[in-house]
Amino acid sequence: MNIVVLVKQVPDTAAERALSEGDHTLDRENTDLVLDEINERAAEEALRLKATTDAEVTVVSMGPDSALDSIRKVLAMGADRGIHICDDRLQGADVVTTARVLAAAVRTVADVDLVLAGNAATDGQASAVPAIVADLLGLPQLTHVRELVLDAKRVRAERETEGGETTLEAPLPALVSVTEKINEPRYPSFKGIMAAKKKPVATIGLDGLFPGADDTGFLVSRTRVVEAVPRPARSAGIRVVDDGLAGRQLADHLIARKLV
Amino acid sequence: MSAKPLKDPLELFDIASVLTDEEREIQSTVARFLEDRVRPHIGQWFENAHFARELAPELGKLGVLGMHLEGYGCAGTNAVSYGLACLELEAADSGFRSFVSVQGSLSMFSIWKWGSEEQKLQWLPRLAAGEAIGCFGLTEPDFGSNPSGMRTKAVREGGDWILNGSKMWITNGGIADVATVWAQTEEGIRGFLVPRGTPGFTTQDIKQKMSLRASITSELYFDNVRLPDSARLPLAEGLRGPLSCLNEARFGILFGAVGAARDSIQAAIDYADSRVQFDKPISAFQLTQKKLADMTVSVGSAALLAVHLGRLKDQHRIRPEQISVGKLNNVREAIAIARECRTVLGANGISLEYSPLRHANNLESVLTYEGTSEMHTLVVGQAITGYPAYR
Repeated sequence: MNIVVLVKQVPDTAAERALSEGDHTLDRENTDLVLDEINERAAEEALRLKATTDAEVTVVSMGPDSALDSIRKVLAMGADRGIHICDDRLQGADVVTTARVLAAAVRTVADVDLVLAGNAATDGQASAVPAIVADLLGLPQLTHVRELVLDAKRVRAERETEGGETTLEAPLPALVSVTEKINEPRYPSFKGIMAAKKKPVATIGLDGLFPGADDTGFLVSRTRVVEAVPRPARSAGIRVVDDGLAGRQLADHLIARKLV
Repeated sequence: MSAKPLKDPLELFDIASVLTDEEREIQSTVARFLEDRVRPHIGQWFENAHFARELAPELGKLGVLGMHLEGYGCAGTNAVSYGLACLELEAADSGFRSFVSVQGSLSMFSIWKWGSEEQKLQWLPRLAAGEAIGCFGLTEPDFGSNPSGMRTKAVREGGDWILNGSKMWITNGGIADVATVWAQTEEGIRGFLVPRGTPGFTTQDIKQKMSLRASITSELYFDNVRLPDSARLPLAEGLRGPLSCLNEARFGILFGAVGAARDSIQAAIDYADSRVQFDKPISAFQLTQKKLADMTVSVGSAALLAVHLGRLKDQHRIRPEQISVGKLNNVREAIAIARECRTVLGANGISLEYSPLRHANNLESVLTYEGTSEMHTLVVGQAITGYPAYR
């Protein structure tokens, strides 16, 4: 069995994040970069499946040199090998370009049974990449999954979104994107950290993935960030002390805002 | 220059630049584990004198227990990685670092270094996994700095040994599944592995401590404890046996103290930035800046010394007097820093909500155990002058 897990390195959500002045892409110079926490759960799920099915787990990440740290982290957690797609021309790639590149990288792995991804990354939050990758690979997609069961030929998933809960089933191979509810990721063990150094990581550029492809034709980003403004600071809110009239105050407040 | 305060005083020294990726990864993994599992509760555990034993298997899973030992389920990291793990553990609380030091460097190391193959196979994998807890009995009520005078005695009877005596200030004692116990014999000092539940072996925890409250400290009593000869550590002869273990533990301490100091300074920087008096943060006043600057210089020097000694240890070149230099300097500086940080926090500094006074109280023990600061001073003194001045 072969599992491919797609991961992304993102700015630490605990730290302050910034966009660069010129093109409003991520300012990597001044941010702490970490393995995305939803993607980390996709990796954890892959490793749990590895424990029960003896699968080989390949971790794939697209990003600059530093993205190798996130690949190593998943290798330290227990994955077997890594593919790092690293090419300066991919800076600022949008979801379609990203998905095309990732799909091409998945195709380099033989006999893939399952592709796992996070349902979103905590930076862009477009939530589109897994679906596009599935489409490009012609795989059934089971997205927003909070529980996953695999048998030899099929995958069953509990899907949970704001719209409700559904049970999905599909034959393998398939693509599954998971939510942060699916599991608690493990800490890499020291043995895992030391072993990760010796695990193979293939670094590929665009020319390796798309031999002969015309750069300009391929690298059309369909989206461009024109402007970015920081979210306004939260205002303090209104504090209502209940001296017997709080209910009326709340009602007045809602009426004044035409919310009831 | 950033207008924001440094989050970590060690950033000023770029300590990370002298570490390998693997060392940094191990350090950050330990830090993250402690952030999730220990820091939210440590104030309360200290207050309630609670040792979170349930964390032992989790530390074992990470690979923290006996991490610098090879084989038998141990991770086999280098010494610098072990030191960095101790640094992060002690940044959370010296009690946790003490637990790990005693488990890995005293209990496990004594078995790993001086034990028979059977003893290693019996105990090391379980101790590494945190399924079993170990302790180390050397100090006695009347023999601390002078262990050679110990009164605990093992006498041969047929093929067995009969052990009598007591040990004092034993970390993990009350919860240990196996105790490494040092005793006088006719042939000199020897070590024995005494499993919990052996008839005649009892323990009593020491209560009413003002330090290391989140770890267990006990007395061990041996009343005609009968042990087979297979319980003796076959390779340990004389005081060299226990002292070799202490050198391992002291090495962890000289890193750990840096962690307690760093965490204290982080609390002080953070507090001084948010505490406004006379219409500006107290960190903008010169007296506070002098405190923070002096402490930062001191903790950075201590950290660089620790890494340097770690590199010597990884090259198998470190000498005991060099470990004394590190333990003496780093613990002495750490306790001074923790106390000074408390002054930056003013009255809030006496609350368990903030770490510096907890660290200072913990470091009172650290200053004394594993060789008092006085003894380490005399070790350094002898290394410099050639004259031993202990007696």
